[in-house]
Amino acid sequence: MTPLSIAFLPLTDSAVLVAAREKGFAADHDIALALVRAESWATVRDRLVFGQVQAAQMLAPLALAVTLGLSQHPAAIAAPFKLNVNGNALVMSPTFAAALDPDVTARAGDPVATAHDFATAIGLYRRKPVIGVVHRFSSHALMLRYWLGFAGVDPDRDVTLRVLSPSLMVAAMRSGEIDGFIAGEPWGSAAIAAGLAELVTLGSRIWQRGVEKVLAFREDWLAANPDTVDRLILALSRAAAWCDDPAHHAELADLLARDTYLGQPAELILPALAGQMVPRLGDPALHAPDAMIFHREAAGFPWRSQALWIYSQFVRWGWIEAGPDTERRAADVFRSDIYRRALAGTGEPMPGASMKVEGSIGVSLPVGSSKGSLTLGPDRFFDGAVFDPSDIAGYLTATGENSPGL
Amino acid sequence: MIIDDSGLRATVLEEGLREAGYDDIQIVAPQGAFVARLERMAPDVVLMDLGNPSRDTLEEMLVVSRALAKPIAMFVDRSDDVMIGAAIDAGVSAYVVDGLRKERVKPILDLAIRRFNAFARMQAELDEAKTALADRRTIDKAKTILMSSRNLSEPDAYSLLRTTAMNQGRRIVDVAEALITASSLLGPSS
Repeated sequence: MTPLSIAFLPLTDSAVLVAAREKGFAADHDIALALVRAESWATVRDRLVFGQVQAAQMLAPLALAVTLGLSQHPAAIAAPFKLNVNGNALVMSPTFAAALDPDVTARAGDPVATAHDFATAIGLYRRKPVIGVVHRFSSHALMLRYWLGFAGVDPDRDVTLRVLSPSLMVAAMRSGEIDGFIAGEPWGSAAIAAGLAELVTLGSRIWQRGVEKVLAFREDWLAANPDTVDRLILALSRAAAWCDDPAHHAELADLLARDTYLGQPAELILPALAGQMVPRLGDPALHAPDAMIFHREAAGFPWRSQALWIYSQFVRWGWIEAGPDTERRAADVFRSDIYRRALAGTGEPMPGASMKVEGSIGVSLPVGSSKGSLTLGPDRFFDGAVFDPSDIAGYLTATGENSPGL
Repeated sequence: MIIDDSGLRATVLEEGLREAGYDDIQIVAPQGAFVARLERMAPDVVLMDLGNPSRDTLEEMLVVSRALAKPIAMFVDRSDDVMIGAAIDAGVSAYVVDGLRKERVKPILDLAIRRFNAFARMQAELDEAKTALADRRTIDKAKTILMSSRNLSEPDAYSLLRTTAMNQGRRIVDVAEALITASSLLGPSS
């Protein structure tokens, strides 16, 4: 068996890694998988960059930031597999949320109206609201900024974004250090269950098929170990299918609840897996079937256009200067070629292209696929904008005309 | 500056640094407004436990802070991979102000690594001692149950536990625990 270590953070979206180890998928592919828990993204990054683990669960934008030299310890990162799609929740304290639609289900269901209400609520609040985000280079921060920007809120001026590790969010709500936060599950549900917060919206309501965590390697290690990489992707793809099956959600929640993984009660973990989130203490659960996707619709496939959307947001917020070379390096982080190589001949449906126009699918759509039948789910951005990866400059100009950031 | 919420480890590290002749040392707990305090102090070197969840908060501050005149990077020299590996193994992360000479930083980092390792060993020994004590209490409780329910002497009760453990290939404390659970399920043992 090939020994292999993967660093992870205690989050529900480490599910595929946990299932690969605990349900024997890694062992089936001759990999002795060790999962190394870390408490911050900085530590996940350090362990990966300095070779103490061979792979890591990583925020997709952080994988780009490390590659582009925006973070400490620049290094070329390769992400051949997405560990999940969606999975974030924006929650705010009841005091702040009092200015939003009192019907939480309607509130979460209409991100356009809620964005405008949120902008008004900022003005009504007794101070500039402090919102916790898990990292500057996180999909959560990018989606929150995108959503606020739509309603004319400048996220760098009108609110304070405070970076806190997900496991610290609930305590920071309790101490009043933050007024709300956007984080991966189960932390939103944990704050709601403690009566400290209520749901404002879900990541999947801002971008219906948002990129979340990726499996990250150092590029040189990935190139030097093709056989191990392919076996790992095979194992993870099977584990992802197992995680997506509703029949396994209860068992998966129990596995994740263990102290070595999340160390949180299974009843807080299960709702996001099952797409049944309680939006406010005492309220009935909200039906959100797309709250978290592991496998269906080729969820693991790293669309290069999604890496480029992240890059476009780095440019939008002034974190990097646009340029053809930077753009190519950003797209190259998502290694759809490796995904294809690893899963060739498995019968897994394989997209025919590696780029798509993001935000253009309104209803589930059967698409061109080189193998098997593939249906892609709706991938709309809540504001109806579409992202054409071949015209990033045009996209940013259009964004700049009606929102801050440019 | 040291950022740590384990008071003891921070003290161990501080002592070492003072002995080595560094005297401007501040210990800050990674809660609340620790970033603002850090900005006011403008430290040359920041030492932090690698396992501390507040590292992301600190790094964000390094990106946005205008109060710090000079940029801070983690570790002084990327070329020194051996030292970085040792630091990560020991659980030390160090942020160093740009321009501080490598010869000045290396001894500080060396010392931090040694003290972190020593502290980890101490912690492991303490945990072991605690476990041993808890195990002995469990075994004592199981012995008492056997003595009263089966009318055994203390040595006989212990040897029964030991024989059972040997036959089943389990640890004595596991057998004792199972016995206590079973006995509580079966109701009060007279």
